[in-house]
Amino acid sequence: MAATFFGEVVRAPCRAGTEDEEEEEEEGKRETAEDREVRRQLARKREVRLFRRQTKTSLEVSLLEKYPCSKFIIAIGNNAVAFLSSFVMNSGVWEEVGCANLWNEWCRTTDTTHLSPAEAFCVFYHLKSSPSVVLCQCSCYVAEDQQYQWLEKVFGSCARKNMQVTILTCRHVTDYKTSESTSSLHSPFLKALKTQNFKEPPCCSLLEQPNIVHDLPAAVLSYCQVWRIPAVLYLCYTDVMKLDLITVEAFKPILSSRSLKGLVKNIPQSTEILKKLMTTNEIQSNIYT
Amino acid sequence: MFVPCGESVPDLAGYTFLMPAVSVGNVGQLAMDLIISTLNMCKIGYFYTDCLVPMVGNNPYATAEENSTELSINAEIYALPSKKLVALQLRSIFIKYKSKPFCEKLLSWVKSSNCAKVIVLSSSHSYHRNDLQLRSTPFRYLLTPYVQKSIQTKITSLNWEEMEKSPCIPEINDSEFCIRIPGGGITKTLYDEGHWIANSTQLWSLREDNCSKEIAMVILLKFVSEGDNIPDALGLVEYLNEWLQILKPCCDDPTASALRWKMPSSWRLLFGSGLPPALF
Repeated sequence: MAATFFGEVVRAPCRAGTEDEEEEEEEGKRETAEDREVRRQLARKREVRLFRRQTKTSLEVSLLEKYPCSKFIIAIGNNAVAFLSSFVMNSGVWEEVGCANLWNEWCRTTDTTHLSPAEAFCVFYHLKSSPSVVLCQCSCYVAEDQQYQWLEKVFGSCARKNMQVTILTCRHVTDYKTSESTSSLHSPFLKALKTQNFKEPPCCSLLEQPNIVHDLPAAVLSYCQVWRIPAVLYLCYTDVMKLDLITVEAFKPILSSRSLKGLVKNIPQSTEILKKLMTTNEIQSNIYT
Repeated sequence: MFVPCGESVPDLAGYTFLMPAVSVGNVGQLAMDLIISTLNMCKIGYFYTDCLVPMVGNNPYATAEENSTELSINAEIYALPSKKLVALQLRSIFIKYKSKPFCEKLLSWVKSSNCAKVIVLSSSHSYHRNDLQLRSTPFRYLLTPYVQKSIQTKITSLNWEEMEKSPCIPEINDSEFCIRIPGGGITKTLYDEGHWIANSTQLWSLREDNCSKEIAMVILLKFVSEGDNIPDALGLVEYLNEWLQILKPCCDDPTASALRWKMPSSWRLLFGSGLPPALF
């Protein structure tokens, strides 16, 4: 509880998240059969499903069981997705091997057969000339109750040790804790986190304590750490969360990493593709059209 | 599930299992940080679960450049074989509806590991105290019936206050009395998991598997308010130390007691980044 300036006592949110626990317990005791049915239906609606858009069939096994790979590159968020689209996917032929269909408060994509570029999506590709390279473009938000399911549907229950995972994502610079003021930081800048089994030197400095990472990037990295898969997360701290040229270009140091080196062919062309992507997006984000 | 760091599963038979509840002020978790950091406990594995919000970061107990790059996740297990202590640290909150399944899975694992006892460090909202509680020590304990007689005797000799029962429905005079731990997160669930079998009115709903949940559990908690809860965490570890004697007892001076506990490097910037100079 907290007292306001006007002398009223209000319920302050508890940072340990315990208020919900007690309500949950009470709810559990009062739940009727209808409540349970509603909860079950909501859980079913929030299930993560992986399927092939071409054949409109679900994947019976996990994605990496069906398409084993030695390199798995995941872009989470629109800037990371734009980076991979422009710098990696512009060379070679990438075939779509799967698409995740998920629904939550932030991502309401129900029809994944006709996605427009502006819609949030989660699509998996492999390189036709070298199918052991699998790429994931994830611009939709995967909620905390869906992250574990996403991992199961993609990685499966058997840990794959003969692969290396690279994750790219962005966070707002105000999330970065430092003894200086965040207003004095020169963003965007890159930081890395790696699992114990990742032996290569990362392309930028490591994320210092007490900084932490949440959401899907954290879920993937946790999985890799626990199951001893070499993995690295490249985190771009930026002050522009929407699609931004400078933020996307901040990922460029990663192009020299072992995972991406062989995949990147024509950087000037990639920059052109990126500029076109920015222009397309700007037109679409005009609220007057 | 428990996933060991090394190739083999460590033998935890007879160990004391220390764990926090994610509770008001995060006091239990802060206390666990102090214990793990001070005793320099070694990470032996992960409790990989879909019940907690995922998070990762570099080694929160780093003391030098060399050990600062080890990745940590949301639920990790540390051990100190010389004192037969095993500690679970939780670093994020529970996903909705997953706190009870977590308690069940965790206690099953603890039971199957043959740990001697479980100690839960927790906290409760200080504004929920009644008049008597306001006038007494802010520390409380709770025991499940399976706690060994020797521990019960020791705790009695320390003159500790047992957590009082309060009306199940506040404001209603003829309401039944029960243990309530507002702001305690999973504390009550853990207590119930280890305790309910002793309540004869619930025997009719016995499930076969629950017969094995005879867990010797001691809960230590402090009444706190949210804010800078470092002093509360220090208080709670000193309270635990009165009984377990993890660190040698020292003089009554609270400042000296506080200095014995090593704050981890991850406690930097607890209240955010530096301030912009332009503010002044």
